[in-house]
Amino acid sequence: MSRAMDSILKKYRRAGIDSLIPMLQDVQAEQGYLSKDAVAEIGRHLKVPASKIYGVATFYNQFRFEKLGRYHIQICRGTACHVKGSATLQKVLEQQLGVKAGQTTRDGLFSLEVVACIGACGLAPVISVNGEFHASVKQEEVGKILDVYRRRAESEGGV
Amino acid sequence: MSEKRKILICMGTSGIAAGATGVARLFEQELGKRNLADGFQIIRTGDRGLFRDVLVDVIEPDGQRTTYEYVKAEDVVPIVEEHLIEGNPYAKRLAGKSYHDFFKSQMRIVLKNCGEIDPEDIEAYVMHDGYSALRKAVQDDSAQIVKTVTDSGLRGRGGAGFLTGMKWKFCREAAGDQKYIVCNADEGDPGAFMDRSVLEGDPHAVIEGMAIAGFAVGASRGVVYCRAEYPLAVKRLQKAIDQSREKGFLGKSVCGSPFEFDISIMQGAGAFVCGEETALLASIEGKRGTPRIKPPFPAQQGLWGKPTVINNVETFANVPHIINHGAEWFASIGTEKSKGTKVFALAGKVKNTGLVEVPMGTTIRELVFGPGGGMLHKKLGLKGVQLGGPSGGCIPAAMADTPIDYESLQSTGAIMGSGGVIIMDEKTCMVDVARYFTGFTVSESCGQCTPCRVGLKRMHEVLTRVVEGEGVPADLEFLGNMGNTICSTSLCGLGQTAPNPVLTTLRYFRDEFDAHVHRRECPAHVCTTLMHYEVIEDMCIKCGACAKVCPAGAVTWERGKTARIDPAKCTRCNACNTACKYMAIR
Repeated sequence: MSRAMDSILKKYRRAGIDSLIPMLQDVQAEQGYLSKDAVAEIGRHLKVPASKIYGVATFYNQFRFEKLGRYHIQICRGTACHVKGSATLQKVLEQQLGVKAGQTTRDGLFSLEVVACIGACGLAPVISVNGEFHASVKQEEVGKILDVYRRRAESEGGV
Repeated sequence: MSEKRKILICMGTSGIAAGATGVARLFEQELGKRNLADGFQIIRTGDRGLFRDVLVDVIEPDGQRTTYEYVKAEDVVPIVEEHLIEGNPYAKRLAGKSYHDFFKSQMRIVLKNCGEIDPEDIEAYVMHDGYSALRKAVQDDSAQIVKTVTDSGLRGRGGAGFLTGMKWKFCREAAGDQKYIVCNADEGDPGAFMDRSVLEGDPHAVIEGMAIAGFAVGASRGVVYCRAEYPLAVKRLQKAIDQSREKGFLGKSVCGSPFEFDISIMQGAGAFVCGEETALLASIEGKRGTPRIKPPFPAQQGLWGKPTVINNVETFANVPHIINHGAEWFASIGTEKSKGTKVFALAGKVKNTGLVEVPMGTTIRELVFGPGGGMLHKKLGLKGVQLGGPSGGCIPAAMADTPIDYESLQSTGAIMGSGGVIIMDEKTCMVDVARYFTGFTVSESCGQCTPCRVGLKRMHEVLTRVVEGEGVPADLEFLGNMGNTICSTSLCGLGQTAPNPVLTTLRYFRDEFDAHVHRRECPAHVCTTLMHYEVIEDMCIKCGACAKVCPAGAVTWERGKTARIDPAKCTRCNACNTACKYMAIR
């Protein structure tokens, strides 16, 4: 068991089933997704079958079962963003990244996720990259935004 | 000691997105460099509800206030030098007329403190009458508190509009050793963000409202169920809870009385249906968030089977004001059956987008052309308004004089919902909007009832067909029948209202459906498969906006001449159509 996992389980030492969702959130915050091992580990800890945990985890949009890209792009598909053209924006993002929503690029740099509403409707259409907001994004700006992160990845190294 | 001059910087999610953190730091640096830091108090507030990038206010000790909008890093030095030192306001970024018009026609009760105080400082809240209602309440008779809230006529701000005082009364009278107060902050309606702004801008008001509710019904535990998509709200709320515990507003002895109350936060995990109260409770208990049959209502059997009051953020934020100013004061605002104010999230094709708080009964037109400042594009008129999110409906411009209160909206087929108002102009396709909402509810249906799980999916398929120009006349009849069936056979509020966007657009915008099905065209020029990508000569104002954005070089344009699109080069990317503000490309 990884040390991070160990400390999460310690935090929920006497936990019951009501701690399941917070535990899954902690694991995902740590690992970026829910691995099979992590789910099995939580199951043993809470004395709940893994199938039941998957039942809960797959119900909620937040939980992912695949690794994320280094830069995680969330495109808001809320109503305000929709009427300001986020459908086209999503298409452009998918084209430029060469992945569909929910997938990660082969170089592991970007992952794309569609979210219901970020709650920044006045800035529509909005995309968020690792929590950094880009407001009133026009389709012709998408390339530039992606380049910013590509350059950042290069300068920080480790790709 | 003379009072300090204040500099207010709006730092909610949208302010931070626009760069407010850097602006605030620069102010500190620049004042520090000039040895002026002692004369000023820099206050980092929540968002004020109007999106103007970074908003900065300078307030003199005598209350005189100067507001700057769209402040960028390079404006900080001129503001410091010209205004703070020389005393002449820096004209370039002074807030304009539309900023002041936005606030002029509002009545701010719930949003009173948002953008005015530092949400991370309990003292600021206390200075603005904070926790005075709670102090007063715990000295009072708890039955009297319930009566005051009932008499005020406050109704749930989360959607259904149930009388808050009645909910409290049922819970108070229910037998149980342990009772709970739950705050629904799972603001899932796409297009609504008032709860986020209140939690970010004035979290103590929600805590105070919950504690008063706890005292009134005899509950000692509170839970705030907040969306995980709102990290800043969660952080500020947690900080506020810790501070109020430290100051004795929460804990074993609230305000020195024998009343015990404490609050914890549970983060939602992204499920729209968890806004439904029984689904929300299931989620807190660590289960899949599926609604259950009512009765028993949560007021009798809620969290862990115990009597539970569930209200939303805005409802709780109203409570301290009612206790402080009395039921009569609150009941004097609004209409006969809908009391008080309502916060609306104004968005879409309108000039000023943001949070607007107005008395109940204000008309849609007043909202759009008052605080909204009118339509976004001069040439594109108001076509309709979508109210209440995926459970709500679209009202045509012809009905814009409908007063916004629970009953009036219901009679149009829309609902108050949580207060999302999306303004749509002539370049918004109503069929596409109907399909959009159905797509949303398809992915958010919990799946336990067949009509909602399967029926919505079928409706979405048919709408997709219509939008793509493959619709047949029988499709429209199918949509109406299926919609009504889902409404009458689903278990929870989500299913019962999910067809509303389709049913209302069918009722009010039938001609647009007909155009898609019979003539294979989209009158709003939105549905891309129905586009021909040709310029309509009469509509073109020869501005060349389309030519500038075309990535394929398919548009030819010269100054003073109508643009032309070469079909051989056109890749149908729709960039020209998005750029055109005059409906000149079909």
